[in-house]
Amino acid sequence: MKLNPEYKDLAWQGLWKNNPGLVQLLGLCPLLAVTSTVTNALGLGLATLFVLVCSNATVSLIRHWVPKEIRIPIFVLIIAAFVTCVQLLMNAFTYDLYKSLGIFLPLIVTNCAIIGRAEAYASKNPLKQASFDGLMMGIGFMLVLLTLGVVREVLGQGTIFDGANLLLGEWATVLRIEVFQFDSQFLLAVLPPGAFIAMGFLIALKNYIDTKVAERQPNVEQQSIERVRVNFDAQ
Amino acid sequence: MAFWIASSPHSHIKNKTSALMRLVMYATVPGILAQWYFFGWGNIIHILLAMTTAIAAEFIVLSLRKHQIKDQVLDGSALLTAVLIGVSLPALAPWWISVIGAVFAIVVVKQLYGGLGHNPFNPAMAAYVMLLISFPVQMTLWQPPTSLMQIQLSFGDTLATIFTGFTSEGYSVEQLRTHIDGFTMATPLDTLKTNLTVGLTVIESMNSPVIGDNFGIGWEWVNAGFLLGGLFLIVKKAIDWTTPASFLASLFICSLIAFLISPDSSASTMFHWFNGACMLGAFFILTDPVSGATSTKGRIIIGLLAGLLVYLIRKFGGYPDAVAFSVLLCNMAAPLIDQYTRPRTYGHQSGDKS
Repeated sequence: MKLNPEYKDLAWQGLWKNNPGLVQLLGLCPLLAVTSTVTNALGLGLATLFVLVCSNATVSLIRHWVPKEIRIPIFVLIIAAFVTCVQLLMNAFTYDLYKSLGIFLPLIVTNCAIIGRAEAYASKNPLKQASFDGLMMGIGFMLVLLTLGVVREVLGQGTIFDGANLLLGEWATVLRIEVFQFDSQFLLAVLPPGAFIAMGFLIALKNYIDTKVAERQPNVEQQSIERVRVNFDAQ
Repeated sequence: MAFWIASSPHSHIKNKTSALMRLVMYATVPGILAQWYFFGWGNIIHILLAMTTAIAAEFIVLSLRKHQIKDQVLDGSALLTAVLIGVSLPALAPWWISVIGAVFAIVVVKQLYGGLGHNPFNPAMAAYVMLLISFPVQMTLWQPPTSLMQIQLSFGDTLATIFTGFTSEGYSVEQLRTHIDGFTMATPLDTLKTNLTVGLTVIESMNSPVIGDNFGIGWEWVNAGFLLGGLFLIVKKAIDWTTPASFLASLFICSLIAFLISPDSSASTMFHWFNGACMLGAFFILTDPVSGATSTKGRIIIGLLAGLLVYLIRKFGGYPDAVAFSVLLCNMAAPLIDQYTRPRTYGHQSGDKS
């Protein structure tokens, strides 16, 4: 199967090059506040992913009828409608996780990553590309959430996937991995300042990988046309 | 004949960073000696641990940053940071406390911001606050003065306690901290705070065994030691006298006002001066040339602000001592204070914007 280069580029942009968490630094509030455990991070990541795909698709469908002047309120309304759906669904099916995410679930409405994609991409592109872009951006955001969640949960409690049954049902209790046993929690990793520090390290890691990759690339000889420059001003 | 034309200053004291850092480290010696005399070997072990870790961390980061390793590792700033961390830790805290603290201070607070001279926060105090917030249990394992302990600790016992949590005879830290009457002893500031919440007056609290005759057995001498070291630094012109003076004056005035209003619920002025990290903060932490203010007026404001914050947190806050927190808050305020206290340059009107 040959991937359309346009989709390939969208995936590359969403997952790495223009990642909403690491590069655009959008939606930092939920990113830093709820990633204290992997389960919370996964829950919020899935919710954001769902909202992002749905809102991108809807915005793309109605893009010809939205007046330019009031597009932002309309986008917000659409996003709020989907967030309400997610919130009610989580309230119904994953009540404990709903409680532990707290205010950050309804606050997805104000997540700039979502309105940013609606404004920058979905309102200018057809349905298929817009939904795919939403999916890739959502996955990119979720991966950052998950990485932060893993780092902070391991440092803070020494476990991974503690309380996964809150999100995935009873069978998921087996997912809980105890990496090592602590006598005392490393509270900094659990508290928001630890999230800022971990986030800084993640961004540094990404930049480091980027520079390493750029160094590996063979230098492409720039084909330039030699021209005789005649500069009369210079002495 | 051509003269070499250069702008002022024309004469320099050709001191290196390392000489200044060494001087400051010598000045901590009286305080550390007092700590050793009253609280045993714990702090010295922590200082050595923190020094080793800090040097190793500095070496690793500098080699990653491809800097001149030899000069910068040996410039003494990392060692001084380590000494300050070791001094401020509870003597019986486990070994990994000082290791994590030193790594955090050097790697995150100092080197990630660009190394010596670029750090917005005092590394030692930032590390202390990080430890206090992350490990509240271990960071409050204050050892009572040795004269009050029913189990005397030798050097080997202290070492064993720091590394394993138990002495060679198997006493736990909690047992070591227990008074002969069966209650856990805290620091004088902590004792006062707890007593006030349960309704005792200050006069009644002063009968507590940890406070002794004056302001706290051991603590008064540790603070006196740091005061002595600080005065030595002022005489040697290593630090400016304005910051410590304004800090101590501010703390004095705040506690005096409170003491005059309600002597039953406020400790005396000297109790505040000679307890906790007061003198260490005044002479060794607030005078940090990197993270503090630069102009004389700015230094006075920083000192006043820090004194006020220390008093407010000690009196109304959740923590018994507050020097580290107020130093960090003052570090945050320092750029703004510098902005508003720029000295007038010669030949310009004050308030001239151009």
